[in-house]
Amino acid sequence: MDCCGGVDEHDETCTEVKVKDGIDAGTVAAAKRLESENYSAGFVTDIEMEFAPKGLSESTVRFISAKKGEPDWLLEWRLDAYRRWLTMVEPDWARVNYPKIDYQAFYYYAAPKNAAKYKSIDEVPKEILDTYAKLGIPLREAEVLLGVEGAAETAATAREKPRIAVDAVFDSVSVATTFREELKKAGVIFMSISEAVHEYPELVRKYLGTVVPATDNYFATLNTAVFSDGTFVYVPKGVRCPMELSTYFRMNAESTGQFERTLIIADEGAYVSYLEGCTAPMRDENQLHAAVVELVALDDAEIKYSTVQNWWPGDEDGKGGIYNFVTKRGDCRGARSKISWTQVETGSAITWKYPSCVLRGDDSVGEFYSIAVTNGRQQADTGTKMIHLGKRTRSRIISKGISAGKSDNTYRGLVSIHKKAEGARNFTQCDSLLIGDKCGAHTVPYIENRRADAQLEHEATTTKLSEDQLFYVRQRGIGEEQAVALLVNGFVRDVLQELPMEFAVEAQKLLEVSLEGSVG
Amino acid sequence: MLKIENLSATVGEGEDAKTILNGLSLAVPTGEVHAIMGPNGAGKSTLSYVLTGREGYAVTGGTATLNGADMLALEPEARAAAGLFLSFQYPVEIPGVPVMTFVRTAMNAQRKARGEAEISAPDFIKKSREIAKVLSLDPEMLKRPVNVGFSGGEKKRLEIYQMMMLEPRFMVLDETDSGLDIDALRTVAEGVNALRAPSRGMLVITHYQRLLDYIKPDKVHVLAKGRIIKTGGPDLAHRLEAEGYDGVLAEAV
Repeated sequence: MDCCGGVDEHDETCTEVKVKDGIDAGTVAAAKRLESENYSAGFVTDIEMEFAPKGLSESTVRFISAKKGEPDWLLEWRLDAYRRWLTMVEPDWARVNYPKIDYQAFYYYAAPKNAAKYKSIDEVPKEILDTYAKLGIPLREAEVLLGVEGAAETAATAREKPRIAVDAVFDSVSVATTFREELKKAGVIFMSISEAVHEYPELVRKYLGTVVPATDNYFATLNTAVFSDGTFVYVPKGVRCPMELSTYFRMNAESTGQFERTLIIADEGAYVSYLEGCTAPMRDENQLHAAVVELVALDDAEIKYSTVQNWWPGDEDGKGGIYNFVTKRGDCRGARSKISWTQVETGSAITWKYPSCVLRGDDSVGEFYSIAVTNGRQQADTGTKMIHLGKRTRSRIISKGISAGKSDNTYRGLVSIHKKAEGARNFTQCDSLLIGDKCGAHTVPYIENRRADAQLEHEATTTKLSEDQLFYVRQRGIGEEQAVALLVNGFVRDVLQELPMEFAVEAQKLLEVSLEGSVG
Repeated sequence: MLKIENLSATVGEGEDAKTILNGLSLAVPTGEVHAIMGPNGAGKSTLSYVLTGREGYAVTGGTATLNGADMLALEPEARAAAGLFLSFQYPVEIPGVPVMTFVRTAMNAQRKARGEAEISAPDFIKKSREIAKVLSLDPEMLKRPVNVGFSGGEKKRLEIYQMMMLEPRFMVLDETDSGLDIDALRTVAEGVNALRAPSRGMLVITHYQRLLDYIKPDKVHVLAKGRIIKTGGPDLAHRLEAEGYDGVLAEAV
């Protein structure tokens, strides 16, 4: 199903991608001029910012809560989490090494000035719009679709192309959410979580923290105390969300942490596909990203969550880059519900991330498709947890790890079959690809089974990119970098197919860029 | 014209380095088909790899030019863009990459290197269909990953498919007949013969005379001990088939 790679696909999408291509090429060229390697999203937006006082204390928590005019219950929840966090110890079991994080060295809140929330897209400063345009994220769609100009024409085009609604988070705040009115007609709530706290307090209160409790783990607890913004989605009973929803996270300000919180609820029989994209400027110091994502699927509901993570990975010597400590969990709370995680991880200096599924409802299904690429000095420890609680629950894990340069790539996964999970089934496949001889690939599967009738399958392979393959491809006229990209794309093909098409094309390009200079 | 002069090459490094080509000279004028025959270990495959720039071989002397361009100075992909194509003795599997995606990527990479426009999707598909028909290839096969799960004969036919798609200016066929039954051999030869043209040259490396019944060479060279020890017309192949290499080898000493 790859668009420009395959030849049997229609051409419209290819044309559209070429436009994007132009933007990307421009940014890449600009980045290269700055001798800043291959990271095309590494530019900084110059805009006046408002910060919380540096460091973390109870008053920081109060500052953030006050900024957002939060109700008391939320402030109390944050403060409880903060006090608990003080007693907790940073986990060290992951196969990653980094100097001790000084939690007082970050700003826990950074927002473009005057930006509690822009009322309309016209109030969003040009610098921010330009930033997203440069990254290829269309925010202007909103106003066009709201009928400002050429509305009829747009509607016609809209029918031809798949549309994506975007929530743009710039450092700590959501700056724009597109297609809101249109979604509202379908009954879908799609807004920043800070707004949802005010507009739909009961819904937020009912579900927030029920999948990832405030006590869950060091980074999740920290997030609970200081989360700044994120996305809230509610799809009502029986509604199939009419378009893809997405959030685009951008870390811009220096020395900031980004702590977003995403909460997605699919009510009975609902369906939603959600995409998440992330980038950050290139900076010498490390930036901290500790997000929490909670998904709830009720009876017969389905949530498809896709991530393309392209945070700044640091330079060749391992200087700078994002520390990505993320807790993502989906709760298949209802019978026959389904949650599917697809992730393409190419960025970050350190990735510590295990998108998981709690298969509580009978006959519920959890899926995890992952491509994790590490190059340079990157370290990734990522995988999933499939917790089978309900009867006849099924899960499927396909993980593709690619290590190049001097990087380390670990798959860590847990499949747990509980006592009542009669007839549970899991299939796990972990493939690792090594490029060069200075990188590492590790697979750490944990299996806990308390049922004799469970069916568990685990397959793992480790291969090295072979010189035979490389030569064969080059003999046909394909340059070395492109040859590596082609071989890698082949290796990850079955996961790429799980991504929505627009994302698959982007992901393919990202893989190519991430692995530049990995051979020879 | 492919012109090789006094070419020497080693395989392996340091003290393990072994001389495989030892002052080999050969000229294949544009428009001609030459065959290279020789006993096992004579350096036939090494010649094809050195020409196309595979790593692991060191050129220790001599030159190789295609239409005047110094092949030895170029990266493998640049040699391909210059029109040099190798049909592999052992085609490689590329999991997850469909044949058509692969060939189209290759074709466009070559075109780009030559400053030409990319081929359009409809044109590509049309061309692919026509060639698949000539080679009796199931179009479904072209949607599958390159060589994965293909039989020996299918792999060889796929090499010829790629060759016909890419329309190289000079083709090296390394033991294309090995692993083919007589019907497949005939089909493959038809494809190869369809590419014979006054503007193309071809070097057919083979162990047996059989292939040359279908692809008629203008000249036959015998390669032994790293160089060409005898050159003749098509009858030379028949003589080798009847007498073996010993006679020719003895004459050469």
